[in-house]
Amino acid sequence: MTLLSEQTTAAPVIEVSDMAFSWPGPERYGISIDQFSLVKGSRTLLLGPSGSGKSTFLSLLCGIATPKRGTIRLLGTDITKLTNGGRDRFRAEHIGIIFQMFNLLPYGSVVDNVLLPLSFAHQRRQRAEAAGTADSEAIRLLRELGLSETQCQSQAAALSVGQQQRVAVARALIGAPEIIVADEPTSALDKERQAGFLDLLFEQVAQSKSTLVMVSHDETLAARFDQVLQLTDIVEIDGQRATEKGSA
Amino acid sequence: MILLRLAQQSLRNRWLTALLTVLAIAVSVMLLLGVEKVRTGAKASFANTISGTDLVVGARSGSIQLLLYSVFRIGNATNNMTWRSYQAIQARPEVAWSVPLSLGDSHRGFRVLGTTPDYFKHYKYRRDRSLTLDQGQVFDDLFDAVIGADVARDLGYKVGDAIVVAHGAGRIGIQKHDDKPFRVSGVLAKTGTPVDRTVHVSLQAIEAVHLNWKNGAPQPGRNLSAGAVRRLALQPKAITAALIGVTSKIRMFKLQRYINTYRSEPLSAILPGLTLYELWALVGTAETALFVVSFMVVVTAILGMVTMILATLGERRREIAILRSVGAGPVTVIGMLVSEAVMLCTAGVLLGLAATYALLYALRPLIDDWYGLHLGIEPPATHEWLVLLGIVVAGGLAGLLPALRAYKQSLADGMMVKS
Repeated sequence: MTLLSEQTTAAPVIEVSDMAFSWPGPERYGISIDQFSLVKGSRTLLLGPSGSGKSTFLSLLCGIATPKRGTIRLLGTDITKLTNGGRDRFRAEHIGIIFQMFNLLPYGSVVDNVLLPLSFAHQRRQRAEAAGTADSEAIRLLRELGLSETQCQSQAAALSVGQQQRVAVARALIGAPEIIVADEPTSALDKERQAGFLDLLFEQVAQSKSTLVMVSHDETLAARFDQVLQLTDIVEIDGQRATEKGSA
Repeated sequence: MILLRLAQQSLRNRWLTALLTVLAIAVSVMLLLGVEKVRTGAKASFANTISGTDLVVGARSGSIQLLLYSVFRIGNATNNMTWRSYQAIQARPEVAWSVPLSLGDSHRGFRVLGTTPDYFKHYKYRRDRSLTLDQGQVFDDLFDAVIGADVARDLGYKVGDAIVVAHGAGRIGIQKHDDKPFRVSGVLAKTGTPVDRTVHVSLQAIEAVHLNWKNGAPQPGRNLSAGAVRRLALQPKAITAALIGVTSKIRMFKLQRYINTYRSEPLSAILPGLTLYELWALVGTAETALFVVSFMVVVTAILGMVTMILATLGERRREIAILRSVGAGPVTVIGMLVSEAVMLCTAGVLLGLAATYALLYALRPLIDDWYGLHLGIEPPATHEWLVLLGIVVAGGLAGLLPALRAYKQSLADGMMVKS
């Protein structure tokens, strides 16, 4: 397991250094990271069992949580220095997120779910509208991800779990953000569908030239990534009751 | 646009709780507006009962009491004024017209008013409307009676029917003037005023039925037949009150001063409009209490809405986490929940408004029948619009509470999207 920054001289897209964070509350559960970086266009799998601080790490990476010290530099911007609103805008503009499950607003239409980030991201909207309307771009992405025309217009809740995950990919990718963060996106899918899902994901990530960070506990996925890192090598767990808090 | 659409869809997804909340707000708005309508309706009804009359004159008493018994047939006069005083006032140059009123008898619960045919000419209600006859004519015979619309309807009377007047104002008169029955000569059109519940007879007739009476009881052996009475020149010795119109408004106060300082007997002259104001001041406390109660109901409804939104926050954690993940900031999350509160309140207010008018329209004839209260159907007044707007604003502010809580929750949740 070598850190990518040692391998290449390319400008890092993600650069975390000397960072420490703890959740509010009496348990004072937190994590700290000395050094972590990823280069542009890489596809990285972060492997770690439950309780290795995956979700906390991703929350920090996406600017949903803020560390008490250290820097998190994304695309050259230290997001810890941004205001709360600035971090929200940065996330909207540059990061596409795919959750384990429950990615979609169930009552909204599939297309509306895909278009959602564009309401907060001006540049992504411009990129999405470069070849036409945002609607047509959303439908193009959904079609390439294997959804039918009628499924695009239906309610999100009407789709199967696998289809919903593909819609989540479309939402993360619309307007081609620089970073895609995926939190166990395949865990709700069965083995055969996992491979198909990853194919589609990689294909789209390659098209939009985004950097992909995916966390999982499933080592069988490792072969498909540029690099595989063990979370335990990067993240140090502080405080007690770690397993409880970090397992989500 | 997408956000607005999604907020609507989110609300539609929880339509049952949303509907109940809207209904609660609508009912509270109905109560608030209904109380307001009845209040202004009652006021207008009172104010509309007498128009065109400049002064009401009677024996010295409180001005409200005088107005209530002379015009609204509520309560009784403590004293009469003499016919001589009435004539002296009538002769004043300031007086354009005057109508004497004599009360004290009743017919099956309805007051009997002795007056002159001038009453039908000068009595005005609802600004400038005169009394009109539905059937028959104004009395010209001594024992003719003109009855109000409610009297005719409740007792099923028509022109030509004979009625017997009882002494006193009770529902069951013990002493009846049954030796001198009256004949219905005319039925008045509905006015929505106490006139509808009055039996009008001539002043002379009041005198006639009491000819053989002394100290409120019939004197045995002194009874004159109705035919004999007709041949007498009947001159009342006293009346209860009089309505007066002046030649010019400027001279009204001069006349009022003259009457209030009248030497021969203590009299009062009141301005009906001014006295009504005094009456409102008197019942103002009850009005305020009524308003406070309906206001509290609105507060309860808004609290109910906040409870509803708070209760749904648990299941909406996921929704908010998704919005946060795509870049929605506090403004969006809080704005979404506050706008939901505003939407619910607006829907509640509009529904309540519509229901109030529908109910008003449906119940108006019944309220008119039961309480003699004529409610006008007018668009909401400016202050009512302001109150309604206030409810929406208050709802939005109350919506801040769950909104801030939801945002705080979303910060603590981080990326952990729970099912």
